[in-house]
Amino acid sequence: MSVLDSKVPKGPIKDKWTSYKDKINLVNPANKRNIDIIVVGTGLAGGSAAATLAELGYNVKAFAYQDSPRRAHSIAAQGGINAAKNYMGDGDSVYRLFYDTVKGGDYRSREANVYRLAEVSANIIDQCVAQGVPFARDYGGLLDNRSFGGVLVSRTFYAKGQTGQQLLLGAYSAMNRQIARGKIQMYNRHEMLDVVIVDEKARGIIARNLITGEIERHSAHAVVVGSGGYGNVYFLSTNAMGSNATAAWKIHKKGAFFANPCYTQIHPTCIPRSGDYQSKLTLMSESLRNDGRIWVPKNLEDVKAIREGRKKPTDLSEDERDYYLERRYPAFGNLVPRDVASRAAKERCDAGYGVNATGEAVYLDFASAIERYGKEQAKIQGIDNPSKAKITELGEKIVEAKYGNLFQMYEKIVDDNPYKTPMMIYPAVHYTMGGVWVDYNLMTTVPGLYCIGEANFSDHGANRLGASALMQGLADGYFVLPYTIGDYLSEDIRTGAIPTDSKEFDEAEKSVKDRIDFFMNNKGSKSVDYFHKRLGKIMWDKAGMSRNEKGLKEAMSEIKALREEFWKDVKVPGSANEMNPELEKAGRVADFLELGELFAKDALMREESCGGHFREESAEESGPQKGEAKRDDKNFAFVAAWEYKGEPGDAVLHKEELEFKDIELKQRSYK
Amino acid sequence: MSGKGMNLTLKIWRQKDAQSKGKMQTYKVNDISEHMSFLEMMDVLNEQLIAEGDEPVAFDHDCREGICGMCSLYINGEAHGPDRGVTTCQLHMRMFNDGDTIYIEPFRAAAFPVIKDLVVDRSAFERIQQAGGYISVNTSGNTQDANAIPISKHAADEAMDAATCIGCGACVATCKNSSAMLFVGAKVSQYALLPQGQIEAADRVKNMVAQMDLEGFGNCTNTGACEIECPKGISLDNIARMNRELIKASVK
Amino acid sequence: MSGFFKSSIGRKVAMALSAFFLMFFLIIHLAVNITSVFSEDVFNELSHFMGTNPAVQFALQPVLIFGVVFHFVMGFVLELKNRKALGVSYAKNNGAANSTWMSRNMIYSGLVILAFLVLHFIDFWIPEINVKYIKGDMSGMHGGEYRYFHEIVAKFESPTRVVAYVVSFILLALHLLHGFTSAFQSMGSTAGRKKALQKFGKIYSFIIPLGFIIVAVYHHFNHH
Repeated sequence: MSVLDSKVPKGPIKDKWTSYKDKINLVNPANKRNIDIIVVGTGLAGGSAAATLAELGYNVKAFAYQDSPRRAHSIAAQGGINAAKNYMGDGDSVYRLFYDTVKGGDYRSREANVYRLAEVSANIIDQCVAQGVPFARDYGGLLDNRSFGGVLVSRTFYAKGQTGQQLLLGAYSAMNRQIARGKIQMYNRHEMLDVVIVDEKARGIIARNLITGEIERHSAHAVVVGSGGYGNVYFLSTNAMGSNATAAWKIHKKGAFFANPCYTQIHPTCIPRSGDYQSKLTLMSESLRNDGRIWVPKNLEDVKAIREGRKKPTDLSEDERDYYLERRYPAFGNLVPRDVASRAAKERCDAGYGVNATGEAVYLDFASAIERYGKEQAKIQGIDNPSKAKITELGEKIVEAKYGNLFQMYEKIVDDNPYKTPMMIYPAVHYTMGGVWVDYNLMTTVPGLYCIGEANFSDHGANRLGASALMQGLADGYFVLPYTIGDYLSEDIRTGAIPTDSKEFDEAEKSVKDRIDFFMNNKGSKSVDYFHKRLGKIMWDKAGMSRNEKGLKEAMSEIKALREEFWKDVKVPGSANEMNPELEKAGRVADFLELGELFAKDALMREESCGGHFREESAEESGPQKGEAKRDDKNFAFVAAWEYKGEPGDAVLHKEELEFKDIELKQRSYK
Repeated sequence: MSGKGMNLTLKIWRQKDAQSKGKMQTYKVNDISEHMSFLEMMDVLNEQLIAEGDEPVAFDHDCREGICGMCSLYINGEAHGPDRGVTTCQLHMRMFNDGDTIYIEPFRAAAFPVIKDLVVDRSAFERIQQAGGYISVNTSGNTQDANAIPISKHAADEAMDAATCIGCGACVATCKNSSAMLFVGAKVSQYALLPQGQIEAADRVKNMVAQMDLEGFGNCTNTGACEIECPKGISLDNIARMNRELIKASVK
Repeated sequence: MSGFFKSSIGRKVAMALSAFFLMFFLIIHLAVNITSVFSEDVFNELSHFMGTNPAVQFALQPVLIFGVVFHFVMGFVLELKNRKALGVSYAKNNGAANSTWMSRNMIYSGLVILAFLVLHFIDFWIPEINVKYIKGDMSGMHGGEYRYFHEIVAKFESPTRVVAYVVSFILLALHLLHGFTSAFQSMGSTAGRKKALQKFGKIYSFIIPLGFIIVAVYHHFNHH
């Protein structure tokens, strides 16, 4: 028997959540006033949780490292949010959304959690509309939907290309209402640096005021961490510069198990790196693959000519091009899932066909879409024998209407006109499915310590479907955690305020201060970024899109060595008692340097390919699927939850076996 | 030095903290690629300063893709620099030439006090939002169905255009009067355009405008600079709508 | 409602309302003055009516003076508030990149107009009050004929005065160029941002000052 208890309720999957909610303990309104909850992070998960908990009557203290909750990185999500509303009448249902999510996650997520997610998805849309989120509508005034990668129905609600922004602003407005009422105390420009455990329960945090440098103690009856993913362990990712794993990692070190760290989503359509100075990568919405065709030149001579500027991509004729996705996956073509598209791009670039100076770019070409739309428009407008120029003109208009803002963004960054010459794209780290292990209540292995949103591991398995991250963040924050946390807090109604002068707070504060003092006094010679970039390179090369035993072993030892070097030689300018961005970064990178090693360890342990985790040793060896990822359900249908034991390399594995009662396990095929 | 990139002179506002007096200071950076973003150029400068044992320049930034609204900077006399429709993090060095001198200052306004160097305190915006930038609906999920009230596509699109505000404060920074009316107007408009927002519309506009005045933002004189410099192209129409909403709310 | 005019937007609305009133007054004023170019008699008749009609003198005139004073005082109050709102100014500010000179310098064009008004009061209004209400001569006659036309001609004999008037009217044009559409915006109407009204505003801002300039220049050159 595992030490992990997922606390999934008994009964048929359809009734689990409803009957569970009916039976859990509640806290009466008068008692809620005496209970404090800390929420770390104010993105979709943290923000919606803080607002809802405050509405219920709890006293909430919310923390954000930015100067406003509205700036959390949920804001950058472009595409949309899934919900099983079936407004389109195309046969969607809660079960279908559940099924698609489990399948998309390559059968590595917990069934009961995913079903609940699908169940509450419809509520999210109702809620957001009531809050004034301006979702796209059709001419009849009803909500519009679009279709997204890997599914057969249209269930994605969207607000232009800024769905994440609008949903976050909705949660932010709900927070503002509670801040105005005094039910949320908002701590902007504060960073959580440790959790405080008293009598085995989470009872508070140590935070640094990023303006004054002051170290503060905050107590509460429960602590909720919604601090996002750890994609920045790669240095370059589509995450924000400040996105970090510190809160998640600190609670891991204090007893919360960390699950499936190796499950990382590498998004296929990002703007390629242009040089060593690059600080982050920019995502181009997946929707582009609906009309763009991905290719590289067939001949290496052409690649060379293009790199040297002697040839332009438009000079190459059709038979000099290799539309490798269409070639390899005739059924799905350019619309294969994210992980498959990313690996295929890497395969071509590794073989030397990358089309930019860094050798890491493929073309995303809209020429044939422009021509197709142009001809269609000519017919609609009754133009006989339209000239090529006219067709292009008409086609470009349609493409502009569909993707205008993305094309403009691309042109601003790259200084190339994507209407005239193909876009260059390359995969980039985008989302982390792994995270802190939580049970059905979203509680970690530490009582009273909860983890929500991207920071936890629960709903996406080994690969996340497009438009599901927003759904999960809001589901956790608005509709799941506020119920489940009551069950735990109902035991706490007589506890009274938690004092901050206990020895547990003393110790936690001391360790935080010691670490800051160390950074300030270390006579190193290299900046924090120097180490972060090196860590990123190890991660990308050896624990990136495809992984093998040798590389992962090397990664583990290289990261360990780099970590030792970091502690010896890192240089942090300025002082501790002021705003000091370098000091902030130093703490975050120190944690990434530990997390990276556990990541590699997890990837090494998982000797199968699933979702975003591709082990070269576990590929189909023959038949039509040759070279494709091969899952090993017999040996690896479990959640890997790691327990911290002093060094990341010494972490102990606990398995939560995954049971699939309502879905049959199948090999994914896109051929 | 390869000599391929640009050599630039930077004049940057340095200020130790809110209490100290600040001043412009001159720095040189060399071999800057035209493909760099402006903030990547600032990263290069900071790495250089750290290596030389100086303190790096503090500036706000986060998503670096033009949506979080964290980055600011008044570059060569313009909020978010000389390009249009972009935030500072999306501004690229190809907008500049070898040998240029670039002025880099914080967003200025009495209501945006400097915290350090180029970092300013925009919490006044937070308090304005708290004064009424929401619809009073509980997040219980027991609301009516999302399609129960049809909203015309036109109104929904217009509300969306107003809602794209990222709260960066460029409108205030660029306004000769340090007025926050584009920011407040955008939020008031978003809700005023939607049926869900109309129930509290009168109180909302009164409370938000009162808070805006209390924070010490200036008066709008309709120069239109905010609309031009706004990275999201928020329209001046939103200010007119806010004026209208306040007049309506006051004569009631 | 009382709180309304204390708010920043309320003050903008008040500025716009007084501006609309003044812009309407300018049309009336010009309509009377321009007749002096075509017909001495018509001008004299109109001037006498305006100068002696009790409704104009004791109802409209005080409203006008209040409107002028209010517009100026409020303009200065807002300017001072706005300067305070800025705090530290920029080392480098490129206002021309995003706004017109007119819109950024309303206070300066306004100050020139104020200086002009002082001159204008000394030239016409004070003598007028003196004759009518201090000396008590309400006849409007001088040497057997209406005095108005002769007075206007006499005033524009001085080239310095004509230059001062012309410069002031150019500044008035610049003030109106921004003020006209701006007043609509302040009143909560987007009409000022529509092409048609912008065009009308430009024509208005051009015609009104030009009319006054024609009157001044015409009398300077034609009646020596």
